[in-house]
Amino acid sequence: MTRSAHRTRRILQVTGASAAALLTLSACSSSDPGTDAGSSSAKPSGTVTVFAAASLEESFKTLGKQFEQEHPGTKVTFNFGGSDTLAASITGGAPADVFAAASTKTMAIVTDRQDAAGTPATFVRNQLEIATLPGNPDRISSLKDLTRPGLKVVLCDKTVPCGTAAQKALDAGGLKLTPVSYEQDVKSALTKVELKEADAAIVYKTDVRAAGDKVEGVDFPESAEAVNDYPIAVLKNAPNPGTAKAFVALVRSAEGQKVLSRAGFLKP
Amino acid sequence: MTGSDTLESRPRRDRHRGRTRPVPIPLLVPALVGLAFLLLPLIALLVRAPWRSLPEQLTSAEVWEALRLSLLCAMAATVLSLVVGVPLAWLLARTRFPGRGFVRALVTLPLVLPPVVGGVALLLAFGRNGVIGQWLDSWFGITLPFTTTGVVLAETFVAMPFLVISVEGTLRAADPRYEEAATTLGASRFTAFRRVTLPLIAPGVAAGAVLAWARALGEFGATITFAGNFPGRTQTMPLAVYLALQNDPAAAIALSLVLLAVSIAVLAALRDRWMTAS
Repeated sequence: MTRSAHRTRRILQVTGASAAALLTLSACSSSDPGTDAGSSSAKPSGTVTVFAAASLEESFKTLGKQFEQEHPGTKVTFNFGGSDTLAASITGGAPADVFAAASTKTMAIVTDRQDAAGTPATFVRNQLEIATLPGNPDRISSLKDLTRPGLKVVLCDKTVPCGTAAQKALDAGGLKLTPVSYEQDVKSALTKVELKEADAAIVYKTDVRAAGDKVEGVDFPESAEAVNDYPIAVLKNAPNPGTAKAFVALVRSAEGQKVLSRAGFLKP
Repeated sequence: MTGSDTLESRPRRDRHRGRTRPVPIPLLVPALVGLAFLLLPLIALLVRAPWRSLPEQLTSAEVWEALRLSLLCAMAATVLSLVVGVPLAWLLARTRFPGRGFVRALVTLPLVLPPVVGGVALLLAFGRNGVIGQWLDSWFGITLPFTTTGVVLAETFVAMPFLVISVEGTLRAADPRYEEAATTLGASRFTAFRRVTLPLIAPGVAAGAVLAWARALGEFGATITFAGNFPGRTQTMPLAVYLALQNDPAAAIALSLVLLAVSIAVLAALRDRWMTAS
Protein backbone atom coordinates (compact mmCIF):
# COMPACT_ATOMS: atom_id res chain seq x y z
CA MET A 1 0.00 0.00 0.00
CA THR A 2 2.58 2.50 1.10
CA ARG A 3 4.87 1.34 -1.64
CA SER A 4 2.28 1.87 -4.35
CA ALA A 5 1.35 5.26 -2.93
CA HIS A 6 5.01 6.11 -2.96
CA ARG A 7 5.22 5.06 -6.56
CA THR A 8 2.21 7.10 -7.63
CA ARG A 9 3.76 10.14 -6.02
CA ARG A 10 6.94 9.47 -7.96
CA ILE A 11 5.05 9.26 -11.21
CA LEU A 12 3.35 12.55 -10.43
CA GLN A 13 6.69 14.14 -9.63
CA VAL A 14 8.21 12.98 -12.86
CA THR A 15 5.29 13.92 -15.07
CA GLY A 16 5.14 17.25 -13.29
CA ALA A 17 8.79 17.86 -13.99
CA SER A 18 8.48 16.95 -17.66
CA ALA A 19 5.39 19.09 -18.05
CA ALA A 20 7.26 22.00 -16.50
CA ALA A 21 10.15 21.39 -18.88
CA LEU A 22 7.81 21.39 -21.86
CA LEU A 23 6.14 24.58 -20.68
CA THR A 24 9.51 26.28 -20.36
CA LEU A 25 10.41 25.19 -23.87
CA SER A 26 7.20 26.44 -25.44
CA ALA A 27 7.39 29.64 -23.43
CA CYS A 28 10.76 30.37 -24.98
CA SER A 29 9.31 30.34 -28.44
CA SER A 30 6.31 32.52 -27.83
CA SER A 31 6.87 35.01 -25.05
CA ASP A 32 9.95 37.08 -25.69
CA PRO A 33 9.48 39.12 -28.88
CA GLY A 34 6.89 41.67 -27.78
CA THR A 35 3.78 39.76 -26.73
CA ASP A 36 1.84 43.02 -26.82
CA ALA A 37 2.30 43.16 -30.59
CA GLY A 38 -1.46 43.06 -31.16
CA SER A 39 -1.64 46.83 -30.89
CA SER A 40 0.10 47.44 -34.20
CA SER A 41 -0.77 51.14 -34.31
CA ALA A 42 1.00 51.75 -31.01
CA LYS A 43 4.56 53.02 -30.98
CA PRO A 44 7.26 50.46 -31.81
CA SER A 45 8.48 48.33 -28.92
CA GLY A 46 10.05 44.96 -28.18
CA THR A 47 12.26 42.83 -30.36
CA VAL A 48 11.95 42.73 -34.12
CA THR A 49 13.65 39.85 -35.93
CA VAL A 50 14.91 40.57 -39.43
CA PHE A 51 15.99 37.84 -41.85
CA ALA A 52 18.12 39.51 -44.51
CA ALA A 53 20.30 38.52 -47.45
CA ALA A 54 24.01 38.27 -46.60
CA SER A 55 24.81 41.23 -48.87
CA LEU A 56 22.70 43.55 -46.68
CA GLU A 57 24.71 42.87 -43.52
CA GLU A 58 26.66 46.14 -43.18
CA SER A 59 23.90 48.56 -44.15
CA PHE A 60 21.17 46.77 -42.19
CA LYS A 61 23.32 46.70 -39.07
CA THR A 62 23.70 50.47 -39.39
CA LEU A 63 19.95 50.87 -39.93
CA GLY A 64 19.24 48.56 -36.97
CA LYS A 65 21.27 50.77 -34.63
CA GLN A 66 19.56 53.86 -36.03
CA PHE A 67 16.14 52.25 -35.46
CA GLU A 68 16.96 51.35 -31.87
CA GLN A 69 18.08 54.93 -31.22
CA GLU A 70 14.95 56.44 -32.77
CA HIS A 71 12.66 54.07 -30.88
CA PRO A 72 14.02 53.49 -27.37
CA GLY A 73 12.94 50.13 -25.95
CA THR A 74 13.19 48.32 -29.26
CA LYS A 75 15.78 45.79 -30.25
CA VAL A 76 16.53 44.67 -33.79
CA THR A 77 18.03 41.20 -34.15
CA PHE A 78 19.34 39.99 -37.50
CA ASN A 79 19.80 36.69 -39.23
CA PHE A 80 21.98 37.17 -42.31
CA GLY A 81 22.47 34.36 -44.79
CA GLY A 82 21.87 33.05 -48.28
CA SER A 83 18.37 34.21 -49.33
CA ASP A 84 17.31 30.65 -50.15
CA THR A 85 18.35 29.33 -46.75
CA LEU A 86 16.44 32.15 -45.09
CA ALA A 87 13.35 31.56 -47.25
CA ALA A 88 13.47 27.86 -46.40
CA SER A 89 13.64 28.56 -42.68
CA ILE A 90 10.74 31.04 -42.92
CA THR A 91 8.51 28.54 -44.74
CA GLY A 92 9.73 26.02 -42.17
CA GLY A 93 8.29 28.18 -39.39
CA ALA A 94 11.23 30.26 -38.15
CA PRO A 95 9.96 33.13 -35.95
CA ALA A 96 10.88 36.12 -38.15
CA ASP A 97 9.16 39.50 -38.54
CA VAL A 98 10.78 40.87 -41.69
CA PHE A 99 12.32 39.19 -44.72
CA ALA A 100 14.63 41.10 -47.07
CA ALA A 101 15.73 38.90 -49.97
CA ALA A 102 18.36 39.41 -52.65
CA SER A 103 16.04 38.35 -55.46
CA THR A 104 12.35 38.30 -56.32
CA LYS A 105 12.64 34.56 -56.92
CA THR A 106 13.62 33.81 -53.33
CA MET A 107 10.93 36.19 -52.04
CA ALA A 108 8.46 34.24 -54.20
CA ILE A 109 9.24 31.09 -52.19
CA VAL A 110 7.80 32.89 -49.17
CA THR A 111 4.90 34.65 -50.96
CA ASP A 112 3.88 31.43 -52.75
CA ARG A 113 3.34 29.84 -49.37
CA GLN A 114 1.31 32.89 -48.30
CA ASP A 115 3.80 33.53 -45.53
CA ALA A 116 4.17 37.24 -46.32
CA ALA A 117 1.65 39.84 -45.18
CA GLY A 118 0.93 42.09 -48.16
CA THR A 119 2.93 42.51 -51.34
CA PRO A 120 6.72 42.69 -51.05
CA ALA A 121 8.25 46.01 -52.15
CA THR A 122 11.54 46.41 -53.98
CA PHE A 123 13.73 48.69 -51.85
CA VAL A 124 17.13 48.53 -53.62
CA ARG A 125 18.86 46.91 -56.56
CA ASN A 126 22.33 45.46 -56.68
CA GLN A 127 24.76 44.96 -59.52
CA LEU A 128 27.51 42.38 -59.84
CA GLU A 129 31.19 43.17 -59.82
CA ILE A 130 34.34 41.07 -60.04
CA ALA A 131 36.33 40.98 -56.81
CA THR A 132 40.05 40.44 -57.37
CA LEU A 133 43.07 40.36 -55.10
CA PRO A 134 44.33 43.78 -53.96
CA GLY A 135 46.21 45.49 -56.79
CA ASN A 136 44.64 43.08 -59.30
CA PRO A 137 47.86 41.06 -59.84
CA ASP A 138 46.22 38.84 -62.47
CA ARG A 139 45.22 41.96 -64.45
CA ILE A 140 41.58 40.96 -64.79
CA SER A 141 39.70 43.58 -66.79
CA SER A 142 36.68 41.76 -68.18
CA LEU A 143 34.36 38.87 -67.48
CA LYS A 144 36.12 36.93 -70.25
CA ASP A 145 39.44 37.18 -68.35
CA LEU A 146 37.92 35.00 -65.62
CA THR A 147 37.78 32.05 -68.02
CA ARG A 148 41.57 32.06 -68.38
CA PRO A 149 42.99 28.64 -67.49
CA GLY A 150 44.82 28.44 -64.17
CA LEU A 151 42.83 31.23 -62.63
CA LYS A 152 40.98 30.19 -59.46
CA VAL A 153 37.52 31.72 -59.54
CA VAL A 154 34.72 31.13 -57.02
CA LEU A 155 31.05 31.68 -57.79
CA CYS A 156 27.97 31.57 -55.61
CA ASP A 157 26.00 28.35 -55.87
CA LYS A 158 23.21 28.45 -58.47
CA THR A 159 20.66 28.08 -55.67
CA VAL A 160 21.47 31.54 -54.24
CA PRO A 161 20.67 34.84 -56.03
CA CYS A 162 24.27 35.95 -56.61
CA GLY A 163 24.91 32.63 -58.33
CA THR A 164 21.84 32.93 -60.54
CA ALA A 165 22.82 36.49 -61.44
CA ALA A 166 26.41 35.49 -62.22
CA GLN A 167 25.13 32.74 -64.50
CA LYS A 168 22.85 35.25 -66.25
CA ALA A 169 25.77 37.61 -66.84
CA LEU A 170 27.96 34.78 -68.16
CA ASP A 171 25.17 33.69 -70.50
CA ALA A 172 24.77 37.28 -71.69
CA GLY A 173 28.45 37.34 -72.59
CA GLY A 174 28.26 33.87 -74.16
CA LEU A 175 30.94 32.67 -71.74
CA LYS A 176 31.52 29.35 -70.04
CA LEU A 177 33.27 29.47 -66.69
CA THR A 178 34.32 26.54 -64.52
CA PRO A 179 34.94 27.81 -60.99
CA VAL A 180 36.90 25.97 -58.30
CA SER A 181 33.93 26.15 -55.97
CA TYR A 182 30.24 27.07 -55.78
CA GLU A 183 29.97 28.84 -52.43
CA GLN A 184 26.85 28.72 -50.28
CA ASP A 185 26.43 32.51 -50.07
CA VAL A 186 28.00 35.70 -51.38
CA LYS A 187 30.00 36.39 -48.21
CA SER A 188 31.77 33.04 -48.30
CA ALA A 189 32.63 33.63 -51.97
CA LEU A 190 34.14 37.00 -51.05
CA THR A 191 35.96 35.52 -48.05
CA LYS A 192 37.79 33.08 -50.33
CA VAL A 193 39.28 36.08 -52.19
CA GLU A 194 39.97 38.03 -48.99
CA LEU A 195 41.95 35.04 -47.70
CA LYS A 196 43.72 34.91 -51.09
CA GLU A 197 42.58 31.31 -51.59
CA ALA A 198 40.85 32.28 -54.83
CA ASP A 199 42.05 34.79 -57.42
CA ALA A 200 38.64 36.23 -58.15
CA ALA A 201 34.94 35.96 -57.35
CA ILE A 202 31.77 37.32 -58.88
CA VAL A 203 30.01 39.13 -56.08
CA TYR A 204 27.92 42.27 -55.59
CA LYS A 205 29.29 45.78 -55.84
CA THR A 206 28.20 46.28 -52.25
CA ASP A 207 30.33 43.38 -51.05
CA VAL A 208 33.41 44.74 -52.80
CA ARG A 209 32.82 48.11 -51.17
CA ALA A 210 32.26 46.55 -47.72
CA ALA A 211 35.51 44.59 -47.99
CA GLY A 212 37.48 47.85 -48.21
CA ASP A 213 41.06 47.41 -49.44
CA LYS A 214 41.08 43.64 -48.93
CA VAL A 215 39.78 43.16 -52.47
CA GLU A 216 39.69 45.24 -55.64
CA GLY A 217 36.54 45.62 -57.74
CA VAL A 218 36.37 45.32 -61.53
CA ASP A 219 33.22 46.44 -63.33
CA PHE A 220 32.01 44.52 -66.36
CA PRO A 221 29.32 45.49 -68.89
CA GLU A 222 27.47 42.15 -68.75
CA SER A 223 26.46 42.94 -65.15
CA ALA A 224 23.78 45.27 -66.54
CA GLU A 225 21.95 42.14 -67.72
CA ALA A 226 21.84 40.71 -64.23
CA VAL A 227 20.74 43.42 -61.84
CA ASN A 228 19.01 41.96 -58.77
CA ASP A 229 15.88 43.48 -57.24
CA TYR A 230 15.84 43.29 -53.45
CA PRO A 231 12.29 42.91 -52.09
CA ILE A 232 11.32 43.38 -48.45
CA ALA A 233 8.14 42.20 -46.69
CA VAL A 234 6.61 41.91 -43.24
CA LEU A 235 5.81 38.25 -42.60
CA LYS A 236 2.34 36.97 -41.91
CA ASN A 237 3.25 35.15 -38.72
CA ALA A 238 5.42 38.00 -37.48
CA PRO A 239 5.56 37.94 -33.67
CA ASN A 240 5.89 41.74 -33.64
CA PRO A 241 4.19 43.14 -36.80
CA GLY A 242 3.87 46.75 -35.61
CA THR A 243 7.55 47.25 -35.01
CA ALA A 244 8.31 45.24 -38.14
CA LYS A 245 6.33 47.73 -40.25
CA ALA A 246 8.19 50.62 -38.65
CA PHE A 247 11.51 48.99 -39.52
CA VAL A 248 10.48 48.44 -43.15
CA ALA A 249 9.38 52.09 -43.28
CA LEU A 250 12.84 53.17 -42.12
CA VAL A 251 14.52 50.99 -44.76
CA ARG A 252 12.37 52.54 -47.50
CA SER A 253 12.64 56.13 -46.21
CA ALA A 254 15.02 58.71 -47.69
CA GLU A 255 17.18 58.25 -44.61
CA GLY A 256 17.39 54.48 -45.12
CA GLN A 257 18.06 54.84 -48.82
CA LYS A 258 20.98 57.12 -48.01
CA VAL A 259 22.62 54.41 -45.89
CA LEU A 260 21.97 51.80 -48.57
CA SER A 261 23.30 53.83 -51.49
CA ARG A 262 26.37 54.69 -49.44
CA ALA A 263 26.97 50.91 -49.30
CA GLY A 264 26.80 50.74 -53.08
CA PHE A 265 23.18 49.73 -53.67
CA LEU A 266 21.25 51.19 -56.62
CA LYS A 267 17.92 52.98 -56.20
CA PRO A 268 14.88 50.77 -56.92
CA MET B 1 9.76 -6.84 -25.03
CA THR B 2 11.79 -8.98 -22.62
CA GLY B 3 12.42 -5.98 -20.41
CA SER B 4 8.75 -5.21 -19.95
CA ASP B 5 8.01 -8.92 -19.37
CA THR B 6 10.32 -9.14 -16.41
CA LEU B 7 9.05 -5.82 -15.23
CA GLU B 8 5.38 -6.82 -15.19
CA SER B 9 5.22 -10.58 -14.66
CA ARG B 10 7.54 -10.94 -11.73
CA PRO B 11 5.67 -10.88 -8.38
CA ARG B 12 6.73 -7.99 -6.29
CA ARG B 13 7.67 -10.05 -3.23
CA ASP B 14 10.09 -12.01 -5.33
CA ARG B 15 12.52 -9.14 -5.72
CA HIS B 16 15.93 -9.96 -4.39
CA ARG B 17 19.22 -8.23 -4.63
CA GLY B 18 21.09 -8.97 -7.88
CA ARG B 19 18.03 -10.21 -9.75
CA THR B 20 16.22 -8.27 -12.48
CA ARG B 21 14.13 -5.69 -10.76
CA PRO B 22 11.61 -3.19 -12.11
CA VAL B 23 13.16 -0.15 -13.74
CA PRO B 24 12.57 2.89 -11.50
CA ILE B 25 10.08 5.26 -13.09
CA PRO B 26 12.32 8.36 -12.66
CA LEU B 27 14.84 6.59 -14.86
CA LEU B 28 12.42 4.91 -17.25
CA VAL B 29 10.43 7.99 -18.26
CA PRO B 30 13.40 10.23 -19.19
CA ALA B 31 15.01 7.24 -20.89
CA LEU B 32 11.96 6.74 -23.10
CA VAL B 33 11.74 10.49 -23.79
CA GLY B 34 15.40 10.41 -24.82
CA LEU B 35 14.85 7.41 -27.06
CA ALA B 36 11.84 9.01 -28.73
CA PHE B 37 13.75 12.25 -29.22
CA LEU B 38 16.54 10.45 -31.03
CA LEU B 39 14.28 8.29 -33.17
CA LEU B 40 11.46 10.69 -34.11
CA PRO B 41 13.48 12.83 -36.58
CA LEU B 42 14.57 9.67 -38.39
CA ILE B 43 11.00 8.42 -38.53
CA ALA B 44 9.88 11.83 -39.82
CA LEU B 45 12.47 11.53 -42.59
CA LEU B 46 10.93 8.22 -43.62
CA VAL B 47 7.33 9.49 -43.33
CA ARG B 48 7.95 12.59 -45.45
CA ALA B 49 10.19 10.88 -47.99
CA PRO B 50 9.05 11.43 -51.60
CA TRP B 51 8.75 7.68 -52.17
CA ARG B 52 7.12 8.04 -55.58
CA SER B 53 9.73 10.30 -57.13
CA LEU B 54 12.52 8.57 -55.23
CA PRO B 55 13.74 6.30 -58.07
CA GLU B 56 14.21 9.23 -60.40
CA GLN B 57 15.78 11.39 -57.65
CA LEU B 58 18.32 8.70 -56.85
CA THR B 59 19.30 7.80 -60.38
CA SER B 60 20.67 11.26 -61.11
CA ALA B 61 24.40 11.28 -61.79
CA GLU B 62 24.97 14.03 -59.24
CA VAL B 63 23.74 11.89 -56.36
CA TRP B 64 26.06 9.01 -57.23
CA GLU B 65 28.96 11.36 -57.74
CA ALA B 66 28.41 12.86 -54.30
CA LEU B 67 27.96 9.43 -52.69
CA ARG B 68 31.07 8.01 -54.35
CA LEU B 69 33.09 11.03 -53.26
CA SER B 70 31.74 10.81 -49.71
CA LEU B 71 32.62 7.13 -49.34
CA LEU B 72 36.03 7.60 -50.92
CA CYS B 73 36.96 10.59 -48.77
CA ALA B 74 35.64 9.03 -45.54
CA MET B 75 37.69 5.89 -46.27
CA ALA B 76 40.84 7.89 -47.01
CA ALA B 77 40.34 10.00 -43.88
CA THR B 78 39.95 6.85 -41.78
CA VAL B 79 43.12 5.30 -43.20
CA LEU B 80 45.03 8.54 -42.62
CA SER B 81 43.69 8.67 -39.05
CA LEU B 82 44.80 5.09 -38.45
CA VAL B 83 48.29 5.66 -39.80
CA VAL B 84 49.04 8.64 -37.57
CA GLY B 85 46.34 8.28 -34.90
CA VAL B 86 47.28 4.85 -33.51
CA PRO B 87 50.93 5.83 -32.91
CA LEU B 88 49.73 9.08 -31.35
CA ALA B 89 47.42 7.16 -29.02
CA TRP B 90 50.30 4.84 -28.09
CA LEU B 91 52.49 7.84 -27.32
CA LEU B 92 49.81 9.30 -25.04
CA ALA B 93 49.10 6.00 -23.27
CA ARG B 94 52.53 4.40 -22.93
CA THR B 95 55.12 7.12 -22.59
CA ARG B 96 55.72 9.86 -20.08
CA PHE B 97 56.78 13.28 -21.17
CA PRO B 98 56.30 16.75 -19.73
CA GLY B 99 53.00 18.34 -20.73
CA ARG B 100 51.37 15.05 -21.75
CA GLY B 101 48.02 16.07 -20.24
CA PHE B 102 48.17 19.30 -22.19
CA VAL B 103 48.94 17.47 -25.43
CA ARG B 104 46.01 15.13 -24.84
CA ALA B 105 43.73 18.12 -24.31
CA LEU B 106 44.94 19.61 -27.60
CA VAL B 107 44.29 16.33 -29.41
CA THR B 108 40.70 16.28 -28.23
CA LEU B 109 40.14 19.94 -29.08
CA PRO B 110 38.68 19.23 -32.56
CA LEU B 111 36.00 17.17 -30.78
CA VAL B 112 34.53 20.28 -29.20
CA LEU B 113 35.61 22.87 -31.76
CA PRO B 114 32.83 23.92 -34.17
CA PRO B 115 33.79 22.30 -37.51
CA VAL B 116 33.54 25.65 -39.33
CA VAL B 117 36.20 27.03 -37.00
CA GLY B 118 38.26 23.97 -37.84
CA GLY B 119 37.81 24.78 -41.53
CA VAL B 120 38.96 28.36 -41.04
CA ALA B 121 41.97 27.15 -39.05
CA LEU B 122 42.83 24.69 -41.83
CA LEU B 123 42.64 27.52 -44.38
CA LEU B 124 44.99 29.63 -42.30
CA ALA B 125 47.43 26.72 -42.00
CA PHE B 126 47.20 24.88 -45.31
CA GLY B 127 45.54 27.47 -47.56
CA ARG B 128 47.38 28.89 -50.53
CA ASN B 129 48.33 31.85 -48.39
CA GLY B 130 48.48 29.89 -45.12
CA VAL B 131 51.31 29.47 -42.64
CA ILE B 132 52.40 26.15 -44.17
CA GLY B 133 50.37 26.26 -47.35
CA GLN B 134 52.34 29.14 -48.88
CA TRP B 135 55.50 27.01 -48.77
CA LEU B 136 53.68 23.98 -50.16
CA ASP B 137 52.53 26.23 -52.98
CA SER B 138 55.85 27.91 -53.79
CA TRP B 139 58.08 24.83 -53.32
CA PHE B 140 55.98 21.99 -54.62
CA GLY B 141 53.13 23.76 -56.42
CA ILE B 142 50.64 21.99 -54.14
CA THR B 143 47.47 23.82 -53.20
CA LEU B 144 45.00 22.03 -50.98
CA PRO B 145 41.82 24.15 -50.82
CA PHE B 146 39.18 23.27 -53.44
CA THR B 147 40.67 19.79 -53.98
CA THR B 148 39.55 16.28 -53.01
CA THR B 149 42.72 16.03 -50.89
CA GLY B 150 41.43 19.10 -49.06
CA VAL B 151 38.19 17.24 -48.28
CA VAL B 152 40.18 14.30 -46.89
CA LEU B 153 42.28 16.62 -44.72
CA ALA B 154 39.22 18.44 -43.38
CA GLU B 155 37.53 15.13 -42.55
CA THR B 156 40.69 13.74 -40.94
CA PHE B 157 41.06 16.84 -38.77
CA VAL B 158 37.56 16.41 -37.41
CA ALA B 159 37.47 12.58 -37.22
CA MET B 160 40.92 11.57 -35.96
CA PRO B 161 40.36 12.60 -32.31
CA PHE B 162 37.59 9.97 -32.11
CA LEU B 163 40.08 7.29 -33.10
CA VAL B 164 42.83 8.56 -30.80
CA ILE B 165 40.51 8.69 -27.78
CA SER B 166 39.14 5.23 -28.47
CA VAL B 167 42.55 3.61 -29.01
CA GLU B 168 44.12 5.37 -26.05
CA GLY B 169 41.33 4.12 -23.80
CA THR B 170 41.83 0.55 -25.00
CA LEU B 171 45.60 0.84 -24.52
CA ARG B 172 45.17 2.03 -20.95
CA ALA B 173 42.83 -0.88 -20.22
CA ALA B 174 45.19 -3.42 -21.82
CA ASP B 175 47.68 -5.09 -19.51
CA PRO B 176 51.18 -3.62 -20.20
CA ARG B 177 52.82 -6.74 -18.73
CA TYR B 178 52.42 -8.63 -22.01
CA GLU B 179 54.52 -6.00 -23.72
CA GLU B 180 57.01 -6.02 -20.87
CA ALA B 181 57.28 -9.80 -21.10
CA ALA B 182 57.93 -9.53 -24.84
CA THR B 183 60.68 -6.95 -24.36
CA THR B 184 62.27 -9.04 -21.58
CA LEU B 185 62.39 -11.90 -24.05
CA GLY B 186 64.41 -9.76 -26.43
CA ALA B 187 61.83 -8.10 -28.63
CA SER B 188 62.40 -4.45 -29.44
CA ARG B 189 59.78 -2.01 -28.21
CA PHE B 190 58.48 -1.59 -31.76
CA THR B 191 58.28 -5.36 -32.33
CA ALA B 192 56.42 -5.70 -29.04
CA PHE B 193 53.98 -3.03 -30.21
CA ARG B 194 53.51 -4.67 -33.58
CA ARG B 195 53.29 -8.32 -32.47
CA VAL B 196 51.77 -8.07 -29.01
CA THR B 197 50.05 -4.74 -28.38
CA LEU B 198 48.39 -4.25 -31.74
CA PRO B 199 46.59 -7.64 -31.81
CA LEU B 200 45.57 -7.05 -28.19
CA ILE B 201 43.94 -3.69 -28.90
CA ALA B 202 42.55 -4.58 -32.34
CA PRO B 203 38.88 -4.37 -31.25
CA GLY B 204 39.45 -0.89 -29.81
CA VAL B 205 41.23 0.23 -32.97
CA ALA B 206 38.36 -1.12 -35.07
CA ALA B 207 35.74 0.61 -32.95
CA GLY B 208 37.69 3.86 -33.16
CA ALA B 209 38.02 3.49 -36.92
CA VAL B 210 34.27 3.01 -37.29
CA LEU B 211 33.59 6.10 -35.18
CA ALA B 212 36.09 8.14 -37.17
CA TRP B 213 34.65 6.88 -40.46
CA ALA B 214 31.11 7.78 -39.42
CA ARG B 215 32.20 11.24 -38.30
CA ALA B 216 34.10 11.77 -41.56
CA LEU B 217 31.13 10.68 -43.65
CA GLY B 218 28.90 13.27 -42.02
CA GLU B 219 31.45 16.10 -42.02
CA PHE B 220 30.04 19.38 -43.31
CA GLY B 221 31.39 22.57 -41.74
CA ALA B 222 35.13 22.05 -42.09
CA THR B 223 34.70 20.61 -45.58
CA ILE B 224 32.65 23.45 -47.08
CA THR B 225 34.90 26.03 -45.44
CA PHE B 226 38.25 24.50 -46.40
CA ALA B 227 37.52 22.57 -49.60
CA GLY B 228 34.60 24.54 -51.02
CA ASN B 229 31.81 23.00 -53.01
CA PHE B 230 32.26 21.63 -56.51
CA PRO B 231 30.29 18.64 -57.81
CA GLY B 232 32.45 15.56 -58.31
CA ARG B 233 35.50 17.11 -56.67
CA THR B 234 34.61 18.46 -53.27
CA GLN B 235 30.83 18.19 -53.02
CA THR B 236 30.21 15.37 -50.54
CA MET B 237 26.75 14.14 -49.58
CA PRO B 238 26.22 16.47 -46.60
CA LEU B 239 27.06 19.47 -48.81
CA ALA B 240 24.73 18.22 -51.51
CA VAL B 241 21.96 17.78 -48.92
CA TYR B 242 22.46 21.30 -47.55
CA LEU B 243 22.42 22.99 -50.96
CA ALA B 244 19.52 20.87 -52.25
CA LEU B 245 17.49 21.84 -49.19
CA GLN B 246 17.54 25.47 -50.37
CA ASN B 247 15.50 25.00 -53.50
CA ASP B 248 14.49 21.34 -53.75
CA PRO B 249 13.57 19.86 -50.35
CA ALA B 250 12.40 16.59 -51.94
CA ALA B 251 15.87 16.02 -53.38
CA ALA B 252 17.41 16.85 -49.99
CA ILE B 253 15.22 14.24 -48.29
CA ALA B 254 16.13 11.65 -50.92
CA LEU B 255 19.83 12.36 -50.43
CA SER B 256 19.42 12.18 -46.66
CA LEU B 257 17.76 8.78 -47.00
CA VAL B 258 20.74 7.49 -48.98
CA LEU B 259 23.17 8.75 -46.35
CA LEU B 260 21.03 7.25 -43.58
CA ALA B 261 20.86 3.88 -45.36
CA VAL B 262 24.61 3.81 -45.93
CA SER B 263 25.35 4.68 -42.30
CA ILE B 264 22.95 2.05 -40.95
CA ALA B 265 24.28 -0.60 -43.33
CA VAL B 266 27.89 0.01 -42.37
CA LEU B 267 27.25 0.18 -38.63
CA ALA B 268 25.15 -3.00 -38.78
CA ALA B 269 27.75 -4.84 -40.83
CA LEU B 270 30.57 -3.88 -38.50
CA ARG B 271 28.69 -4.34 -35.25
CA ASP B 272 28.83 -8.14 -35.25
CA ARG B 273 32.38 -8.31 -36.41
CA TRP B 274 34.08 -5.67 -34.32
CA MET B 275 31.99 -3.59 -32.00
CA THR B 276 30.88 -6.44 -29.74
CA ALA B 277 34.30 -8.07 -29.68
CA SER B 278 35.56 -5.54 -27.18
